[in-house]
Amino acid sequence: MRLTATVNQFLAVTAMNVRNLPSRLGTSLVAVVGIGGVVAVLVSLLSMGEGFRAALDLSGRDDVAMILRGGSADELSSNLTREEHDVIVLAPGIVHDARGPIASGELYTIVDLPMRSTGTGANVPFRGVGERAPALREDFRIVAGRMFRPGQNEVIVGRGVFAQFGNVDLGQEVTWGSQTWRIVGVFSAGGSVSESEVWTDIVVLRGVYRRGNTVQIVRAQLESPAALAQVRARLEHDPRLNVSVRSERAFYADQSRILLALIKYVGTTLAVLMGVGAVFAALNTMYSAVSSRTREIATLRALGFGAAPVLTSVLLEAALLGLIGGVLGGVLVYFALNGYQASTLNWGSFSQLTFAFTVTPRLLVTGLWYSLILGLVGGLLPGLRAARMPVTAGLREL
Amino acid sequence: MIALARYLPLLAASLRRKRLRTFFTVASILVAFLLFGLAESMRFALQSGVEVAGADRLMTMHKVSFTQLLPASYESRIKSIDGVVAVTPQTWFGGWFQDERNQIPTFPSKPEAYLRIYPEIRLPEDQKQAWIADRAGILIGRSIADLFGWKVGDTVPLRSAIWPREDGSETWDVTVRAIFDLPNGGDTRQIVMHQDYFDEGKQYTKGLIGWYVIKVADVDRAQAIGRQIDAMFANSPAETKTSSERAMAQSFMNQIGNIGAILSAIVAAVFFTMLLVTGNTMAQSVRERTNEIGVLKTLGFSNPGVLGMVLGESVLVTVIGGMTGMLLALWIGVQFEPVLKQYLPGFRVPPSAFVEATLYMVALGLVAGAAPAWQAMRLRIVEALRRD
Amino acid sequence: MSAQPAPVDGRPAIVRIRDLVKEYRRGAEVVRVLDGLSLDIAQGDFVALMGPSGSGKSTLLNLIGGLDRPTSGSLEVEGLRIDQLTEGSLTRWRADHVGFIFQMYNLLPVLTAERNVELPLLLTNLDREQRQRRVDAALKLVGLEHRAKHRPRELSGGQEQRVGIARAIVTDPTLLLCDEPTGDLDRKSGDEVLTLLEALNDEYGKTIIMVTHDPHAAERAHRVIHLDKGLLSEDRR
Repeated sequence: MRLTATVNQFLAVTAMNVRNLPSRLGTSLVAVVGIGGVVAVLVSLLSMGEGFRAALDLSGRDDVAMILRGGSADELSSNLTREEHDVIVLAPGIVHDARGPIASGELYTIVDLPMRSTGTGANVPFRGVGERAPALREDFRIVAGRMFRPGQNEVIVGRGVFAQFGNVDLGQEVTWGSQTWRIVGVFSAGGSVSESEVWTDIVVLRGVYRRGNTVQIVRAQLESPAALAQVRARLEHDPRLNVSVRSERAFYADQSRILLALIKYVGTTLAVLMGVGAVFAALNTMYSAVSSRTREIATLRALGFGAAPVLTSVLLEAALLGLIGGVLGGVLVYFALNGYQASTLNWGSFSQLTFAFTVTPRLLVTGLWYSLILGLVGGLLPGLRAARMPVTAGLREL
Repeated sequence: MIALARYLPLLAASLRRKRLRTFFTVASILVAFLLFGLAESMRFALQSGVEVAGADRLMTMHKVSFTQLLPASYESRIKSIDGVVAVTPQTWFGGWFQDERNQIPTFPSKPEAYLRIYPEIRLPEDQKQAWIADRAGILIGRSIADLFGWKVGDTVPLRSAIWPREDGSETWDVTVRAIFDLPNGGDTRQIVMHQDYFDEGKQYTKGLIGWYVIKVADVDRAQAIGRQIDAMFANSPAETKTSSERAMAQSFMNQIGNIGAILSAIVAAVFFTMLLVTGNTMAQSVRERTNEIGVLKTLGFSNPGVLGMVLGESVLVTVIGGMTGMLLALWIGVQFEPVLKQYLPGFRVPPSAFVEATLYMVALGLVAGAAPAWQAMRLRIVEALRRD
Repeated sequence: MSAQPAPVDGRPAIVRIRDLVKEYRRGAEVVRVLDGLSLDIAQGDFVALMGPSGSGKSTLLNLIGGLDRPTSGSLEVEGLRIDQLTEGSLTRWRADHVGFIFQMYNLLPVLTAERNVELPLLLTNLDREQRQRRVDAALKLVGLEHRAKHRPRELSGGQEQRVGIARAIVTDPTLLLCDEPTGDLDRKSGDEVLTLLEALNDEYGKTIIMVTHDPHAAERAHRVIHLDKGLLSEDRR
């Protein structure tokens, strides 16, 4: 019985508040916009991080191992000799087929191509690959032209390069340094990072760049994701070698680490700071909402309505305003930014990485939670004041 | 203007009317301008990174890619060009210590040329001489010394992720001979090694280096000299591309993306919200004071005078909030600059930002207060007095 | 048909009203509050304006004080046709020549008593010292110099009204216009206020026009004018 009475009171007060809302539209709008703005900024920044992670995630398989020189954080600074390469590919845990171990020693360099959008140059990875490289990429396919012939100055370009950069039409020749290369094919690789690369035969690249018999990285197909531990144990403890073994997924995750940390840091600071500002705006709104209804609240309390229903109804109104703001902010960002293509420097590979702002449902929910919290914080003090206001003071306003 | 000062007590008193409301409004504006101040500090710091890079320093790299090596023989030819003060080769050593995650930027260079090219480096004379004399000696930055606790005279096993030694090991034993500081800001997280020691000791690619850093006597001739260098090596197996350090820093920033635009967009969104907050506060304030405004008019305050009064209140609110926010940003910058100096030299609010902020404060106050002020102006005395 | 304006015993007429008409638009309806009123008020007179609700007495007061403009007719104060002044000039004239005293005191709650009294002086050229002197004098006159730093909510109704009077006289105006000055006060405070007004009239020669429905207050005046339906209906001394 007691509970029903409380619920009834609560409903009555809430109904009164809601009916009253249109007259306070202006002030309420302030809280909504304030909180909505914060959510919009937060979701925008997080969606940048999501997009970045998505671009790299697509590329990370856990059944492919990446073996680099111990201490190298990225392909550019790694270096492995022929002897080391030969020892590595024989490690147990790596898949073999009729032709031998499914492993590809690769060289990673960077060349310059003009972007179609701006006309200015940007870094593009130029990778020398072994014959087994296609087998190690998800869903590798030649979608136009053909594969390069070993030993020739021929290259194939990834789908992403073909779309983003100029001078790479089929049959076109491009000059890098003193060498001329012909573009003979375009390939796709399941949407992964490889599609932002240009490939050629590692033997040719080695010769041109005078790398002797070395490679920078060895990619190897694992029997299963669990086999990684086995390979790592064998190779990292081999006294002839000094390598670090990671799964492709872990490797790419590491690459995005810096940028993701930066986004998280900056994003959180910004969201907190803006949140404080939004809370002040919400406090303004809710205090004014409460004071405009002092008389009504006092009357209700004189009639016997408890303090709890009053407090709860104020909190509810504040939370509602916050949620509306959160929804509006999230929807706005979704329609404005979702899918928007941008690119930035990938610190790990030191070249441009294209990504798309990705507004996921999880992000929107995060935004909503935050808007709810902001609303509640903004409603707490005014709610307490309304609930604890001496009845006589309120009635005097009549 | 001075005469208007007499109205200040009246304006201030009006704001005290609803203390909480004024406080919250001022607080939100404070946060908005704090954000603005911090954003401008960030922008300034990023730009400073570019400024700190010398316009009188050039970098010559392999034309195809900076991952390619250049012949060491280019050094004397570059040095012979008129207007070149000093040249040093450098290579990316890929240094690390103890843990492969402790990556330390390490550059084999020619010591005397290096010091001449980077005059902003400060180190004691005796240490300088000791370093030049010891082939296996290294010059380290203050933050490296602090990070690992290295002192002058310590021999450290520096490891290279890229360059093994002739005997196959990748540990290079070097001795700390000098520690440098950068009093005007900059990255002291680096190690400079002797090029000769590096070239003799490495297993392969002897006689090849990564890039050249060149100092020119006359900044205005920098571009021309750069072209001259590239022309010298055109049509050779290793063609070059020379650009100024500053241009490189700028294009690096550009590759990261248009951070400036993002910052501006965020700040604009925040200011728009502030406009709403302040506008709403002023509107409420005027609505509540209809009667009082009527009284002022009966006393002889003119309509334009009342307009001015409301606008004055509005601007007073935004200026108080804004100035406090900017000062807070300034204080934060001062507190954090030493910490950030390594990565972001010059993290502080530039004077130009203060000027910009003041304009925004005033504009915000005027725009937010416009509609309520207009209403107050147009209020008819008889009606205003009739309302309670 | 309006009664003829009574002669003013040789004293110059400070207010001269001829055929004053004031109409209000209420929706589609037009209400005639003043219907061609004519009236003279002598300098130094203490006049009470009485009449039933809707008779136009407050409207007349507002018009004389320049708070509103007549629909037609002539309104002359000290020889100046105030119905012909522009908005800006009227405001300035009002600041210099008129002091208002309201039923609800209408003090600014955020200011102290002396700051309230100072308000009209902010519009003059006087510097701070000069203003302060006048404020002190005005408060002394109404007997509230020891309450100068109090806020209105710390004063009783009667005290608030006296502050209102101080504010009204601080510019040394020609006319003091009072709209139900004792309407919100108890008997004792009301008497104090009326005594004060009488003193201002007797000793300082201020011309006072007071709207009231309280016969007790009207007794203190030297001349009582009755208004009914926008016209003069009675004029007694």
